[in-house]
Amino acid sequence: MADANYPDDLLYHTEHDWVRIDGDVATFGITWYAQDSLGEIVFFDPPEVGSTVTKDEPYAEVESVKAVSDVYAPLSGEIVEVNTALGDKPEAINDDPYGEGWLVKVRLSDPSETDQLMDAAAYTASLP
Amino acid sequence: MPPAADTALRRTPLYDRHVAAGARLVPFAGWEMPVQYESVKAEHLAVRGSCGVFDVSHMGEIETRGADATRFLQHVLSNDVEKVATIGGAQYSLLCREDGGVLDDLFSYRLEPDRWLTVTNAANHHRDLEWFRRNAGDFDVEIEDRLDDFAMLAVQGPLAREIVQALADGPLPPRFTAREQQIGTTRVLVCGTGYTGEEGVELLVAPEDAGGVWDAIVGRGAVPAGLGARDTLRLEVCYHLYGNDLMESRGPIEAGLGWACKEDTGFVGSDAVRAVREAGPREKLVAFTMEEGIPRQGNPIVRGGEVTSGTMSPSLGVGIGMGYVPAARAEPGTRLEVDVRGKVRAATVKPKPLYSRS
Repeated sequence: MADANYPDDLLYHTEHDWVRIDGDVATFGITWYAQDSLGEIVFFDPPEVGSTVTKDEPYAEVESVKAVSDVYAPLSGEIVEVNTALGDKPEAINDDPYGEGWLVKVRLSDPSETDQLMDAAAYTASLP
Repeated sequence: MPPAADTALRRTPLYDRHVAAGARLVPFAGWEMPVQYESVKAEHLAVRGSCGVFDVSHMGEIETRGADATRFLQHVLSNDVEKVATIGGAQYSLLCREDGGVLDDLFSYRLEPDRWLTVTNAANHHRDLEWFRRNAGDFDVEIEDRLDDFAMLAVQGPLAREIVQALADGPLPPRFTAREQQIGTTRVLVCGTGYTGEEGVELLVAPEDAGGVWDAIVGRGAVPAGLGARDTLRLEVCYHLYGNDLMESRGPIEAGLGWACKEDTGFVGSDAVRAVREAGPREKLVAFTMEEGIPRQGNPIVRGGEVTSGTMSPSLGVGIGMGYVPAARAEPGTRLEVDVRGKVRAATVKPKPLYSRS
């Protein structure tokens, strides 16, 4: 795991999720801080494609050796794709949390919710 | 800064070294212990492949001495204590209630003909001590709490003996025996025991000497390993963890520890253990592997039973666990379904241990 980093082109949620917006589809993942707190991730249990997620509610689980953690949806919408490569390589969430470690893609049901997310500067300032 | 509640936690003599090494420290049985340094997986694989060193100074020690010391331990411990005829012999046993419920699992070392040292689990130490004293009755025996007199290091892995041997003043004790010797300039009780399924030793040392011994062992290439790796290592070889796989509400036979119970000695709880052994237990502790997902303590097993320990096995690369199931469903090969937080996931009962060096 490299040093902490929080890319400027992403939006952030207080539960340590990041969002990359591309039109009406958003990619979700967990932040460097989240993966560092969890330690080595050994399992990602993705939601079903076609299921809906609701902002601020859990939509998936990631497991480290010792613990299970919920992953919270930073925005609402319908799952259109899950990162199936994480089935064989969950450690990508640690190694490359903003790249190969992405979790799901979601077609947003209410793009205005993005107004409630933080930019990188605000998120970094909120960390302990 | 740790939260204020943590100030009551005890720290081992190696605490500063753990902090300096970047360990993640967590509360464990009243102690602030390293759960991992860099990586649970890397520490686990170091123990399987070369050598790791664990600070297990949270473990407790009870000394039992006096003319009746051996007879007394025979009374409270489940194994045949008198079979440990030689000085330096070590033996695993259980401490049971009258009804057979397990109070603790213990290693006892015979230091002298009438002097024994028993190593307790941290969370149970004071209860064990109380139980020893309460059952001492008319035995001519002194029972002393030695918790504060020892730090404890576990050096484990295929290179462990070589690393410790290079620092020792004589041959290390064979497996399941103990011997006082010099490690460097320090007097140490070296025990040929461990909790990882690998070769190795456990070292009982005065707290003020622990740092020097730790440094010498790390200096020879042992990788500091935390309680996270200790748990994955022991679960791969199906060693019981008290509070997970052993508890007051279940007995030794159910746990598969009948081999450590010798009812003919008449130990406290022996009648109950004998009754379960003769009738056959209603449930048994099994080991299993998952097809997908990771079982966790407390997950229900469909059609009866519960997971008592579960993790992702670093050596096997699959979810593994142990749990109690109805005796009819305990045979290796039996298909199980584990309810992992609402998702029913397939598992298969496997022979113990789940991992062995091939």
